[in-house]
Amino acid sequence: MANGNDKVLLKGNEAFAEAAIRGGLRFYFGYPITPQSEIPEFMSRELPKRGGVFLQAESELGAINMAYGAGAAGGAVFISSSSPGIALMQEGMSFLCSAEVPLVALNVSRGGPGIGGIQPGQADYFQVTRGGGNGDYKIPVFAPASIQEAIDLIYESAELAAYWRNPIMIFVDGIIGQMMEPVTLPEQRPFTETSKIRDAKPWAITGYGDDDTKKNVVKSLRMQPDDLERHVEYLFEKYRRAEKELCRVETQDIEDADIVLVAFGTVARIAREAIEILATRGIKAGLVRPISLWPFPYDVFDKIGSRTKAVISAELSMGQMIEDVRIGVGKRLPVRLINRTGGMIPTSLDLADSAEKIYKEVN
Amino acid sequence: MNKRGFFIVKAVIQIKRITIITGHYGSGKTEFAVNFALGEAGKREYAKHALCDLDIVNPYFRSREKRLMLEEHGISVFGSSEQDEITAEIPALGANVRGPLENAECRVIVDAGGNDSGALVLNQFRKYFTPEQTDVLAVVNFSRYETRTVADAAEQIAMIERATGLAVGGLVGNTHLLRETTAETVLRGHDLALQLGEKLGIPLLYDCYPVGVVDPAYPQCAPLRDTLFPLNLYLRPTWLDR
Repeated sequence: MANGNDKVLLKGNEAFAEAAIRGGLRFYFGYPITPQSEIPEFMSRELPKRGGVFLQAESELGAINMAYGAGAAGGAVFISSSSPGIALMQEGMSFLCSAEVPLVALNVSRGGPGIGGIQPGQADYFQVTRGGGNGDYKIPVFAPASIQEAIDLIYESAELAAYWRNPIMIFVDGIIGQMMEPVTLPEQRPFTETSKIRDAKPWAITGYGDDDTKKNVVKSLRMQPDDLERHVEYLFEKYRRAEKELCRVETQDIEDADIVLVAFGTVARIAREAIEILATRGIKAGLVRPISLWPFPYDVFDKIGSRTKAVISAELSMGQMIEDVRIGVGKRLPVRLINRTGGMIPTSLDLADSAEKIYKEVN
Repeated sequence: MNKRGFFIVKAVIQIKRITIITGHYGSGKTEFAVNFALGEAGKREYAKHALCDLDIVNPYFRSREKRLMLEEHGISVFGSSEQDEITAEIPALGANVRGPLENAECRVIVDAGGNDSGALVLNQFRKYFTPEQTDVLAVVNFSRYETRTVADAAEQIAMIERATGLAVGGLVGNTHLLRETTAETVLRGHDLALQLGEKLGIPLLYDCYPVGVVDPAYPQCAPLRDTLFPLNLYLRPTWLDR
């Protein structure tokens, strides 16, 4: 293994898997799907030699329920899939949230709807931020824009998931999974030994052990409505705290910009180059890059200065994040969309041209 | 050592008609194949030039994405079953791949898929890959996580040879960290590639450096002057380095 300070060239998917292992996530359950199949491939090779467990499930339904079981027993679990596979896992996500089972989940998303295609997309924004499972629940979602940021967030999420006793979702598009960047890997966090789980996670199902009076139950079934209501209210107390503590955003020149672009993941990278192009045309553009998609950084839009004429949501979807941008902006400014979908990616020139056109329309 | 490399470039590469580019996932096979094919086409030694993209395992960053640019330089691109289909879930190779391989007038660069699994597809074209007309090169990047040591890189090459039954006859050093590559990165890669060549008994033919990132005039690159190979990053969008 590389030392902490050595730079290595890693493909996104390999980096995500390595970061999960180094974060102490000892169990991986998955089913291959493009564009993230390198992850189960990497895990099948690496986890067994490093004291972890890799198990290929019969489907994504199997994988999420294995994660539910292993997590309930106190195992630190990582799962990954791509859009349609994550769709299959939604019921399980709801169960994990209700039963307060930690999990780090990764969606390397592709074009949809349906089986869609294998090129990159961000049209799972609603899926990951609103959730496709039943009932009242929330999942914190982080959307890194580089491989290094993804490594750091996956590594941190291993601890966050255990602390919040909730799944944490990492959301990247296929480009970030498939591209390569020089990165620095964090030190290996030791796996929790099975015998130590009882102490580390006193709520986990670890059997009676030496104490035959104490038996933990991890469940989502609550037949009494008042009991279920109390449980959901308790969960939402936790989510309200998470909204304050997990909200993350990066901004660039939004106080005195002519227009402000809002973009996450790959599109934020393209936007940075587009902003340079716009500067050569005399248009000053700012950037809001949400890093957490839930909680969404609504308050950041209050910092946009009086010079700004419009806020533009740039997305690889038909416009999903734009709904959150509208909530954040309110009625102060027009909110417009620049988008591609189906696996298409705008060039920085496309983005700059579209933003310039919008600026001229609103100015 | 460099003379040896130079000699082999002359003796091997310029004589044989088919060059197969293999290597570990993400070693830079495709970037090298595209750059190499452009260089070969520029020599005008053959009536026709072709790049056969046999990478059916990697869904993104394939050489056939650069079809138009290559065609402008007189290089025909073969590979996918449908001309512009770059997104098929189960990509298949078209029968037309055999055309350039059968044509003795055509200089062919074959861009194989990564690792042994990606290179496996070469087997269906084995009858064309006779030692008389074929060179098999392996691209190595010692900055890649899984080929950081000579032993790891040797194992990757051994796996590719086992899967294909083809013997790798030369190395292409491509140790880099994209925009963070320095002359030291290239030199370190050169030293390790020489050790790898020694271990396998094959020559190091090229030391690639990313154009616009490493200056080949840098004094420390002087010992590499016979093997330096400029690599233009055709497949990498500029915004990836923002």
